[in-house]
Amino acid sequence: METTLGTPTLSAISFFFLIVALTLAITYWAAKKTRSTREFYAAGRSISAFQNGLALAGDYMSAASFLGIAGLVSLKGYDGMIYATGWLVGWPALMFLIAEPLRNLGKYTFADVVAFRLRQTPVRIASAIGGILTVLLYTIAQMVGAGNLIKLMFGISYELAVILVGAVMLAYVLFGGMIATTWVQIVKAVLLLVGVTILTLLVLAQFGFSPGNLYTAVSTGLGQEALEPGGLVTNPLDAVSLGLALMFGLLGLPHILMRFYTVPDAKAARKSVLYATGFIGYFYIIIPVVGFGASVLVGREVISAIDKGGNMAAPLLAESLGGTLFLGFIAAVAFATILAVVAGLTLAGASALSHDIYVNVVKHGQAAESEQVKVARISTVVFGVLAVLLGMLFKDQNVAFMVGLAFAVACSANFPSLLLSIVWKRFTTAGAVGSILTGAFLSVFLIVISPTVWVDVLGNETAPFPLRNPAIISMTAAFLVGFAVSLLRREPGAEAKFEDEKLRTYLGIGAE
Amino acid sequence: MQSAREMLESKELKNLVRRKWIVSVVLTACLFVLYYGFILLIALDKAFLARRIGEHTTLGIPIGAGVIVLSWVLTAAYVLWANNSYDSSVDDLKRQVRK
Repeated sequence: METTLGTPTLSAISFFFLIVALTLAITYWAAKKTRSTREFYAAGRSISAFQNGLALAGDYMSAASFLGIAGLVSLKGYDGMIYATGWLVGWPALMFLIAEPLRNLGKYTFADVVAFRLRQTPVRIASAIGGILTVLLYTIAQMVGAGNLIKLMFGISYELAVILVGAVMLAYVLFGGMIATTWVQIVKAVLLLVGVTILTLLVLAQFGFSPGNLYTAVSTGLGQEALEPGGLVTNPLDAVSLGLALMFGLLGLPHILMRFYTVPDAKAARKSVLYATGFIGYFYIIIPVVGFGASVLVGREVISAIDKGGNMAAPLLAESLGGTLFLGFIAAVAFATILAVVAGLTLAGASALSHDIYVNVVKHGQAAESEQVKVARISTVVFGVLAVLLGMLFKDQNVAFMVGLAFAVACSANFPSLLLSIVWKRFTTAGAVGSILTGAFLSVFLIVISPTVWVDVLGNETAPFPLRNPAIISMTAAFLVGFAVSLLRREPGAEAKFEDEKLRTYLGIGAE
Repeated sequence: MQSAREMLESKELKNLVRRKWIVSVVLTACLFVLYYGFILLIALDKAFLARRIGEHTTLGIPIGAGVIVLSWVLTAAYVLWANNSYDSSVDDLKRQVRK
């Protein structure tokens, strides 16, 4: 099949400029409304539940889930679908376990909740380590993905692509703060849902709108194995460990948790999670159709010839069904996806630096509003430049493991202390710090000596640690350390505050 | 009317907190059975999911999509409970606290 992929076509460039122009216009509008920290970090708590639902979906549906899962299904068949289910199940857990307390206790970051009744300085520093580590790993994966994808789709150099992403998203966050970031996420989520829906309908139209006919074509063309579980899940322990990381990692992703503070109250937060789960669930249900469609209509050889990982399955399918014009649209949507996710990550990273470290640790919570906003903007620039540099540094590296690692760190370092601080009266400052540091360092250490890095990246024969994802060990260890250290020595102040905070946690009295 | 201190020690608040966590834990348990059940089914009995239900469609396809749909249904069940039962109790209690 002939493809214009990799050459900058007029339609791709036009759609690209259209999206950038639209999002920058939003930023210009948002910049005029962004003066206080409440506006910069939390969009003035003025986002509605429906808008935040779309924005949460926008933050979560990265290029990895759009291009990556479509590619995985096209090359590996049913196994790609198993992978897709894992990406959704964190959302109900987020709702059941932390939604209301998270919204009611916090101000701008999840560290507000962990540190609420504990000693500020040590807990803020530890939470910032866990939070920033998670965000950095996630950012590296996004930036390297961005460089490679944009190079493949538009034919521009890797470095230029990384700088372009860095510059545009920095404009959003720096000038428009959370208001602009939220609207960029909404625009991106709508474009992505519309694009994938059209793609799905175009595929189904080829098969008389009967999924059964599509599966028959898959079976005839690629063999029945494509519709059966293959090698992805063989070791139950490994599969459950990955499942835990995907499920509880979401409950420790700073850029997702931060979105809870953009809505007025816990009720709106709850509704926004339901909307988000609906959008994301719909997306993961239809994306396998795109993958299977690509494997039949484009062919596995063509897909893997252009990109080994199959990332170009969806764009190639778009071209074969909708021509260059539609390819241009899908390419621009993929680009908008990356921009939006990196913007959300940058805002989360910058808020950990400025709100948690500078304002609450260095300044002991005593900083003028104007100073806080200034520091938030400086942190944004620092984090944005760091993201571009990391993108360059990791060029040509295999970073596929980094999203998995980000989820492992999130569920091991951030989630246990967040949950324990909400539900367990006896939880102490020392317990929180011990739990966060154990989770952070153990998950990173174990993944380095696991087959994911030790064999796949470093090229050794066998790995000292057998599981591909360490969550089952590192998350359990973080909980145990949190328990054990807290039981060693009581913290009466924290216990008393636990009772006092109940009116705020459960009734929302005094919530910001 | 009562003070915040009396409210903290009231039976109503304790009941509310307990009810919230019972609902949360039960729904989380359902989610665990649903998702890890699916994963363990794949790990331990691939033949079951490979069984055909249509000409070529395998049982695994609707089950995979079903896990996603049921996860959303569990989320919706929580919101339905929270928006009706939980929030009305919260409003009652809030009215009783002297500001």
